[in-house]
Amino acid sequence: LSCSCVGEENWEDSRTVYIGHKEPPPGAEAYIPQRYPDNHIVSSKYTFWNFIPKNLFEQFRRIANFYFLVIFLVQLIIDTPTSPITSGLPLFFVITVTAIKQGYEDWLRHKADCSINECPVDVVQQGKVVRTQSHKLRVGDIVVVREDETFPCDLIFLSSSRYDGICYVTTTSLDGESSHKTYYAVPDTMAFRTEQEVDSLHATIECEQPQPDLYKFVGRINIYKDKEEPISRTLGAENLLLRGATLKNTQHIYGIIMNTHFALLLRSKTNDSVVKIYKAVINTVLKYAWQWSPDRDEPWYNHRTEIERQRHVVIRAFTDFLAFMVLFNYIIPVSMYVTVEMQKFLGSYFITWDEEMFDEELGQGAQVNTSDLNEELGQVEYVFTDKTGTLTENNMEFIECCVDGNVYIPHAICNGQILSAASSIDMIDSSPGGYRREYEDLFFRALCLCHTVQVKEEETVDGIKRGIHQGRPTSFYISSSPDEVALVEGMKRLGYTYLRLKDNYMEILNKDDEIERFELLHVLNFDSVRRRMSVIVKSSSGEYLLFCKGADSSIFPRVVSGKVEQVKARVEQNAVEGLRTLCVAYRRLSASEYQVACRHLTEAKLALQDREQRLAQAYDIIERDLVLLGATAVEDRLQEKAADTIESLHKAGIKVWVLTGDKMETAAATCYASKLFRRSTQILELTKKRTEEQSLHDVLFELNRTVLRQCSISGLSVDCLDFGLIIDGATLSAILKSNQEGGGHGNYREVFLEICRNCSAVLCCRMAPLQKAQIVKLIKASKEHPITLAIGDGANDVSMILEAHVGIGIMGKEGRQAARNSDYAIPKFKHLKKMLLVHGHYYYIRIAELVQYFFYKNVCFIFPQFLYQFFCGFSQQPLYDTAYLTLYNISFTSLPILLYSLVEQHVTMETLKREPSLYRDIAKNSLLRWPVFLYWTCLGVFDAVIFFFGAYFLFDNTTFTSNGQMFGNWTFGSLVFTVLVFTVTLKLALDTHHWTWINHFVIWGSLLFYVIFSLLWGGIIWPFLNYQRMYYVFMQMLSSGPAWLSIILLITVSLLPDVIKKVLCRTVCPTATDLHPPVPYCGAVHHLHAFSVLQQNEFLIGPERQERSRKRR
Amino acid sequence: MMPTSYEDGHISVSGAGGGSMPGKKPENTAFKQQRLPAWQPVLTAGTVLPAFFIIGLIFIPIGIGLYVTSMNIKEFQIDYTGVDMSSPCYNCSQNFSWNSSRPCACSLPFYLDQPYDSNVFMYYGLSNFYQNHRRYVKSRDDSQLNGNQESLKDPSKECEPYAWSSSKPIAPCGAIANSMFNDTLELFYNDPNGSKVQIPLTATGIAWWTDKHVKFRNPGGNENLPAAFQGTTKPVNWHWPVYELDSDPENNGFINEDFIVWMRTAALPTFRKLYRIIQRKNNMVPTLPRGNYTLEVVYNYPVRSFDGRKRVILSTISWMGGKNPFLGIAYITVGSVCFLLGVVLLIIHHKYGSRNNIAT
Repeated sequence: LSCSCVGEENWEDSRTVYIGHKEPPPGAEAYIPQRYPDNHIVSSKYTFWNFIPKNLFEQFRRIANFYFLVIFLVQLIIDTPTSPITSGLPLFFVITVTAIKQGYEDWLRHKADCSINECPVDVVQQGKVVRTQSHKLRVGDIVVVREDETFPCDLIFLSSSRYDGICYVTTTSLDGESSHKTYYAVPDTMAFRTEQEVDSLHATIECEQPQPDLYKFVGRINIYKDKEEPISRTLGAENLLLRGATLKNTQHIYGIIMNTHFALLLRSKTNDSVVKIYKAVINTVLKYAWQWSPDRDEPWYNHRTEIERQRHVVIRAFTDFLAFMVLFNYIIPVSMYVTVEMQKFLGSYFITWDEEMFDEELGQGAQVNTSDLNEELGQVEYVFTDKTGTLTENNMEFIECCVDGNVYIPHAICNGQILSAASSIDMIDSSPGGYRREYEDLFFRALCLCHTVQVKEEETVDGIKRGIHQGRPTSFYISSSPDEVALVEGMKRLGYTYLRLKDNYMEILNKDDEIERFELLHVLNFDSVRRRMSVIVKSSSGEYLLFCKGADSSIFPRVVSGKVEQVKARVEQNAVEGLRTLCVAYRRLSASEYQVACRHLTEAKLALQDREQRLAQAYDIIERDLVLLGATAVEDRLQEKAADTIESLHKAGIKVWVLTGDKMETAAATCYASKLFRRSTQILELTKKRTEEQSLHDVLFELNRTVLRQCSISGLSVDCLDFGLIIDGATLSAILKSNQEGGGHGNYREVFLEICRNCSAVLCCRMAPLQKAQIVKLIKASKEHPITLAIGDGANDVSMILEAHVGIGIMGKEGRQAARNSDYAIPKFKHLKKMLLVHGHYYYIRIAELVQYFFYKNVCFIFPQFLYQFFCGFSQQPLYDTAYLTLYNISFTSLPILLYSLVEQHVTMETLKREPSLYRDIAKNSLLRWPVFLYWTCLGVFDAVIFFFGAYFLFDNTTFTSNGQMFGNWTFGSLVFTVLVFTVTLKLALDTHHWTWINHFVIWGSLLFYVIFSLLWGGIIWPFLNYQRMYYVFMQMLSSGPAWLSIILLITVSLLPDVIKKVLCRTVCPTATDLHPPVPYCGAVHHLHAFSVLQQNEFLIGPERQERSRKRR
Repeated sequence: MMPTSYEDGHISVSGAGGGSMPGKKPENTAFKQQRLPAWQPVLTAGTVLPAFFIIGLIFIPIGIGLYVTSMNIKEFQIDYTGVDMSSPCYNCSQNFSWNSSRPCACSLPFYLDQPYDSNVFMYYGLSNFYQNHRRYVKSRDDSQLNGNQESLKDPSKECEPYAWSSSKPIAPCGAIANSMFNDTLELFYNDPNGSKVQIPLTATGIAWWTDKHVKFRNPGGNENLPAAFQGTTKPVNWHWPVYELDSDPENNGFINEDFIVWMRTAALPTFRKLYRIIQRKNNMVPTLPRGNYTLEVVYNYPVRSFDGRKRVILSTISWMGGKNPFLGIAYITVGSVCFLLGVVLLIIHHKYGSRNNIAT
């Protein structure tokens, strides 16, 4: 994608935009016309003219393609044993198909660009609305956008058809969030109604250059009126309408074009495949071959041509080397890349197709955004999960509130029933006194006012309906934070209904059905650093009130009065129960105090530089000396089967880390509920509270000692006592910081990692989004280089999802940002179990077999060729015919392994789900390690030796026909090749554990195809070939009895070692997977039912069996 | 799907809007849910055991049969290279020159200690002769050999440097044809009564039928070959042009069987090629009775320059071809190994199998 910013010559920190391209009044500032790109979108990569060269360049930048190109060129230039077609054809095929695919995608992009560029837009020019095309827009133009239209570029919102100067926008196409967001017009211009008025505006806008962060914008508008000093107003993200968003519920708006292009940074994640090591192998083989390739003298019967003889010996040696390379290049065939790609691409469909991962509620199944990570799903060692929305439903429900020590439960009051939970509450206040009454009123008003919830009045709201239908069917509450909705809903049930925000007045319907109006003066927005938000309102009686709501840790230090102890106790109790708590406080401001606060805020808001920081300072000054009112508790229920999933992951040997911004008690309670921590788990705490008592150093080393001691006591047993670690953000940053400083404190990072390694579960609470990514990075970079997986649902998890090897997004309630940035998106946390334990396991087994089998079959293929060089004077004479050389990897042996790698199931899905511990069998890349690889290589070499010398001894100076006629070298090659194809295919048949009709069809089909092809290939004098070397060779061979006998013998001998190895391994040292023989399949059984029965069985007999198998190990 | 397209995949997936559209429920088909009914065999000692015994039981008899058959075949070899001073062909092998018009002849006496009853096949064998050298193997023009007129006049450049001679196309071109074996071998039976009886040798039926009738064809039919080959020249090393290989028009030119046999390049540097067949005349008399024989050689073919050897082999043939004990021995060995492994596995199965059953 092209980034418009790059093209600009003068990169400046800020840009100045002249509205309507009018010069500012003289003397204000020098008018520097700036050049901005027009609104022409180019997201396509290629044009018609540069497609072929550019695409070819892109493709050959890949080392594999380039390698094959070199081989092909070598074959073209020098005289090589095989024709250039053998490598040129597959390469050409791959390149062409890729080019067509990329060309098609680019064409689609062109079309999309075109439709956007041609899209009509209304522009205000000279007080009139003129219709023009989107790509002709320039920065500074004033445009009119009507309801349900999409903003053609980034706009500063000047005025809307609504009198309150707001408009509603959905950003579905930007981040997938379908809720309506409110944007505010610049106050000075919001009164403009007509084109003329708008056009008369004389102003400049200063802002930063376009940034990749969608939600950050800092700017200032200077409005010139007559000859006065310009009026400055701040512009924030709330004034900036982003391109791509859609206008809703507003007839039309006027806006100034700020940025034409907006560059979205798309990431690409590349993972190196395991095949690299193989390169080294062929080089050695080549060198070895080269040493053995002396230039034999030419005997009288076989002279070189004159030109050949004149060549210098070095050139001859070099061409010989290249010729050998061509001959042996089949060890890494093009087809391997194609097959691996196809396997990954097609294999990923099984994830999307999986019915069990489909969520009826959302109407969505799993999505695969990257297909090249499938096998890593089987290698995950660490799972980092978000808590809210991932482990929990993120479906908040207001549970209770505690006002000044008195507990209110909405159900109890609404229904007149006391719920079971209420029985534990000691004080339920029914008749508050006057003093309390005041606090209560303030508390409820605080909750009704201190939020950013919008009221949706129509019933036909686009997108997901956020609010719960209650009372009046015509209003919904909509907010980006579900907590707030839950609170406002809860208030409604307690009798205080928030009605609407109208002309900066918030209206509340109180218990007595009276409407109270508060003027909203300022909103001090929530941010994750401050962890609180405030509003400043003016009551009808003229009082200035500041209501503040936030996490207990950020409220209590700022409280000067109120029943702190009681509320604190209640908050802690709630937190232990896993409820999300918020504290509410207020402060009465005098008029002068308000003025001061107002000044602070305005100054900070107007600042162009460091606005964030200055705002934070201003908030800090304003939000103090609070009076505590009370606390609220909101429940966030655990997701369905979250505990079961976590337990399975644990059994699979995966370490689960929960990273959350919540406070420790809440998070710990969730962790207990989700079985991350069990009753037997010994909890190690590494929190700020502890490090305040002791130094970080001492705490760390003490914990480390505890962990190590425990492990040394328990000795050999794998599962020593579980440890669970709880760490908070502050301590974590201290640990990370200490390392950066280096110094004499020792390396805390290592100690910390050591502790973490020995903990089965870690809970990190109070995490900032960036810290989540830091943790993932820390583990990723630790010395074992474990494969990490991050799963989350919200925008705050994106950094961690991007950082981890495998990122999984949950299509949750907090928008789709996580799902968009992830490699895989799943509807619910519980689907992770199947994703890893079943799909991941299968993909890993499949790709491991695929890669190694490919290597094996090509060793079998090429090694006889290599041996043959010893018997043909090192002349690079190919053993097999060209057709066999070309088709071996393309058609004779390709389909069985591809199908195997798509449908193989070494154990059944049910077994994998039932026995998560099977996942440990493939942990740490166990199937692609050197011993396994060596085994495959040895097997390949052994088989090759058998093929070659079997045929050699059969041919050795004798005949094996009954008419005494002799066979030549092509018969020799065909015999070897026939044995080869059969052995290699049957070897795969031996490895296949799951024989579906497809496997049968493909395996027997390709053998049959080979035979038919050979008969046909040798049965006709092919007119287009300049040689007829294969004519009747295959049939003559089959007419000889000993040929048949030796084929059978050689196949048997080649397969024998593998069969014995399989049987011995299974019998003598079985893996856990071997101990679970596939349950005979009965197709008629309804699977869900069968599964649930199995689960029950496991419940009854599972633990004992596991105990026993563990002991055996 | 193709190797070079990871990055684009990303864009198209997210850009096509597939991300936010509510998806359809996946179809509940056995394939898509990976639940195709399947046969799930497991290789255990128990299942493999019978196979091993069966293989053993089948292979050992086959091996014995093959071995016995091979042992019954009679084969006699005589080396006539003439490396030793004592060898009758020593002189011929020393005084070799391509240009000599006078052929050098030598005769080797030998004794067959047992009679050869059935048809006897007479081979010539060459050692250290790389017919499978790459430059050699491709040095031929199959379309010329198939009677193609254009290729006859303009041989393929694969034949270089044996394509043109004194600006005339060579027919047949190429290194293979040029180096055709041209010794003449004749066999005489020294009757105990003193007379020397020439043994009739059949020169046909030594090449593959398909080669003789389809792959190799004379240009313009088998009649009037000198005319057909007009404008071409003989290979450099040949004494006669291709149309004078034999007097029989059905065995002359490109379809001369000696030529066809030579053109089928051997797989290994030591090879033999069928030269003549000695047909059995009647059931009463053995084809080659016990006794003394003489091999008369017209020594044309030089092998000393590359340390080669020339042999003549007389062999009877069974259904499994010539004498080759390898296959029989291999079958017996593999059969016994399988049987032995079967026994070993049986022991292992009994030892471990019961334990496994408890565990699972």
